[in-house]
Amino acid sequence: MQGDSEAGLHVADVSRRFGRRWAVARASFSLAPGERLMLTGANGSGKTTLLRCLATALKPDHGEIRLAGECLWTHRDRHRASIAYFSHAPRLYDDLNATDNLKVWARLGEYSIDAHSLLEQVGLPPDRTEPVRTFSAGMRRRLAFARILMQKPRLVLLDEPFSALDPEGRTQLVKLVDTLCGDTAVLIVATHLPRTAISLCHHGIHMEAGQITWRGAHDDHPLLKGAT
Amino acid sequence: MRFLRQVLAVARKDLLIEWRSPARISGLLFFALALLLLVAYANGGSTFLLPQIAGSTLWIGLLLASTRGLDQSWAVELERGALEGLVLWPVMPAALFYGKAIANTFVLLIVLLALCPLTMAIYDVGVKEDYLIFLGLLFFGCSALAAPGTLYGAITARARGSSVLLPLLMFPLIVPALMAAAKGCSALMSGDIFNEAEIWLWLLIVFNVVHWSLSGLLFRYVVEDT
Repeated sequence: MQGDSEAGLHVADVSRRFGRRWAVARASFSLAPGERLMLTGANGSGKTTLLRCLATALKPDHGEIRLAGECLWTHRDRHRASIAYFSHAPRLYDDLNATDNLKVWARLGEYSIDAHSLLEQVGLPPDRTEPVRTFSAGMRRRLAFARILMQKPRLVLLDEPFSALDPEGRTQLVKLVDTLCGDTAVLIVATHLPRTAISLCHHGIHMEAGQITWRGAHDDHPLLKGAT
Repeated sequence: MRFLRQVLAVARKDLLIEWRSPARISGLLFFALALLLLVAYANGGSTFLLPQIAGSTLWIGLLLASTRGLDQSWAVELERGALEGLVLWPVMPAALFYGKAIANTFVLLIVLLALCPLTMAIYDVGVKEDYLIFLGLLFFGCSALAAPGTLYGAITARARGSSVLLPLLMFPLIVPALMAAAKGCSALMSGDIFNEAEIWLWLLIVFNVVHWSLSGLLFRYVVEDT
């Protein structure tokens, strides 16, 4: 986890607060290209805030995040194209169907895509014409993942990627994440399901009350050794 | 060129959403139409008064309907977290603003073009000449509501009671544009004896230049964490 930060991701003393409460306090770690990190912690421990700082959705109050040797916030316009962020919110338009949603996001980001192939990859029927508002939560998660599959990311951030997915969907997602990251992208997965995410990750970090309380190899993770 | 492509992509997205959910646009139309009818009934169908207030009633109807429309255009972005997705997607913030403002202008223009013949029939008025100036007043009037409305819609969208906050912030700002559009249309509907419609049109154009430039510059600070 102390990889080549110049080429990969370097997080130094990053803190972010909301009002008086520090949601993330002095988080530091480095990941070389291709390294994968599992982020665990109870609700409210700061996982999502840290991911949102890494995704440039939030500006850290202190500290610095560097991607490929450059300050992420300063150069956010350039780096956003290379960050794939899979958040709790599916970022879809309810009135459009699945194909239209993907085409809209592809046009906005100027990606050339085959919407049918993307839908097949995530296990959704490509010929479905109903608006997304008729989809189940799991189907929306699958479609949301298809949206980030059109990117060629350098940094992949997944926030609770397995929620609302059935066991088959989880297995499928693990394979897709592998394909999306390839050998070079840095991956960070925030999850409550370390047993599912473990096959994706090399390292682990555990957070409590905004602070990193444990770090190490993924198979030494305290949640995997304990009752959880 | 990339900027223009992104502006068009955002506008196309918004218009596609409006097309797929026509209830929104028809809601605006019926709201404004109801106001036109109520004002006509409240004035007892007076053949003297109604032609004089036709222009102003038309624009007040559109203004009140527009606050609902502008609020909805941001509600769609917030429904499933799409707004943050847009900010984090490789889309320039200014392109996002101009795309949404253009789509909002077209939505308001569609409502206004549907209201015009109804207003002329109910209020017994008509435009007999200077059609280009009349169309200019309609177009620039709509864009004058759309630019500050889109900016303030983004500011208030995440606030509680956004549907109340938006008009409170927007109405004082668009008074000059509302006055120019209403006065210009009223003048044309009553024959434009003093040739004042063109002056009101120019005032609307200046208002548009100022607000479309400023809102585009400020938009980034509204949607991004600072």
